[in-house]
Amino acid sequence: MITVTGLRKAYGEVVALDGVDLHVGKGEVFGVLGRSGAGKSTLLRCVNLLERPDEGTVTVDGRELTALGAADLRRARQRIGMIHQHFALLSSRTVAGNVAFPLEVMGVGRAARARRVAEMLDLVGLADRAGAYPAQLSGGQKQRVGIARALAAEPSVLLSDEATSALDPATTQSILALLRRLNRELGLTILLITHEMDVIKAVCDSAAIMSDGRIAEAGRIPDLLATPGSRLAAELFPLPPAEPGTVTVAVAADQTLLSRLTRAYDVDVAVVGGAVEQVAGAPAGRLRLRITGAGAADALTHLRERGLMPEEDR
Amino acid sequence: MTWSEMSPLLWEATGQTAVMVGWSTLFTVLFGLPLGVCLAGTDRAGLFPAPVVRRVLGLVVNVGRSLPFIVLMIAVIPVTRVLTGTTIGTAAAVVPLTIGAVPFFARLVETALREVGRDVVQAAEAMGAGRVTIVTRVLLPEALPGLVAGLTVAVVTLISYSAMAGVIGGGGLGDLAVRYGYQRFETTLMVVTVVVLVVVVQLAQTVGDAVARRLSHR
Repeated sequence: MITVTGLRKAYGEVVALDGVDLHVGKGEVFGVLGRSGAGKSTLLRCVNLLERPDEGTVTVDGRELTALGAADLRRARQRIGMIHQHFALLSSRTVAGNVAFPLEVMGVGRAARARRVAEMLDLVGLADRAGAYPAQLSGGQKQRVGIARALAAEPSVLLSDEATSALDPATTQSILALLRRLNRELGLTILLITHEMDVIKAVCDSAAIMSDGRIAEAGRIPDLLATPGSRLAAELFPLPPAEPGTVTVAVAADQTLLSRLTRAYDVDVAVVGGAVEQVAGAPAGRLRLRITGAGAADALTHLRERGLMPEEDR
Repeated sequence: MTWSEMSPLLWEATGQTAVMVGWSTLFTVLFGLPLGVCLAGTDRAGLFPAPVVRRVLGLVVNVGRSLPFIVLMIAVIPVTRVLTGTTIGTAAAVVPLTIGAVPFFARLVETALREVGRDVVQAAEAMGAGRVTIVTRVLLPEALPGLVAGLTVAVVTLISYSAMAGVIGGGGLGDLAVRYGYQRFETTLMVVTVVVLVVVVQLAQTVGDAVARRLSHR
């Protein structure tokens, strides 16, 4: 749905993007994680060409945006929703007026506009605040308006620029739950950037980690957790320092792994550290285990063969 | 001077001030608003960056603003003649008043437009809005309270400028105060004129503030 190849962007001496390739599949929620200054914001703004890259191509929904003229680009942007860290709502318009804005830009008629606005406000649970002004809303409500506005034009893709960074934890969770629901119900493809690990855990199917203008690592989260030396896995599920005789095991959909190990190989499994959480609605995580007993060697082989043992500690 | 003697003079002068300020306010908005949009838009970080155009516009505006109004009024007499066919009278005064207030108002418009968050403009760009749409549906509506506040300042300035219009026969309250109050030592009339001017300015400011407040939803 979104394909980015060889993206480069420099501001004078500062290289913001240093050859970025990225692919986001249809219906996927893809999170780009990075510290401030890593280039993730520039990357996101290159996807709808708010920033024009110095080099590279951007293709969204089968259309190469980097090859479009100004008028075609504007039309293409109407199909790419975007939500912002500080909401970027028009303070002079009511909630309904804000949601109607992209429809006005597209030239949708008044009646159709009103229908669509009502539908959108229903979707984000703000039908009763249609006449309120943004200044009268809480942060979470403002972001809901932002989401309703971004989706009003029925985009195939939603870009999220640190959409929850200005919100408190509880509100963050409710906004993330909403994004997840929209992803499921509408088949919406979402590309989000964040510096918060919890955002990745809560909604993303796939993730990439960015530093110094490059993608250091990218992939589906369960795969990353099972990848030896994965930085993302280490950031998502930090483990206590390695001890001799322990192994690190990736936990994914296979929730009965440990009990089956003990039965099949006659071993004792002790959990030394780690965590398992819901990631995009399914359990995932990493555990550091000490496996002892007669079949320990076979158990380890089994884990290794199944690709579940990203790190063997000695 | 008795009240019955002063009253017609005051009414006439107030009417002349109203005509001068009214028309010049209209023309100031007509020319100053687009000029202000251009000043803000041609900025390096603006909607349609054009550094050279901006520098030229900025220069013209600054020249306009650096002339004392009384000098400007005389200096633009040839322009006044071309536009109104005369160089004296209330209608003739509207030309220098407008020329004097446009650069001033344009700067206020520029400032008001700059106050509109960059993020809001970019959000509109991200939704596929073109520049005209962004100016008419984002920048101007978002800046409206600031624009009204700026217009209020411009009106008050125009009222003050219009006091000098007597020099070219424009009449008005300022002229009345000078001719009767000062030159004929009619102290009572002077005081009354001052009171009327204060009331008029106060009224303009109060109405402007109220409108700006009503329009603001921040």
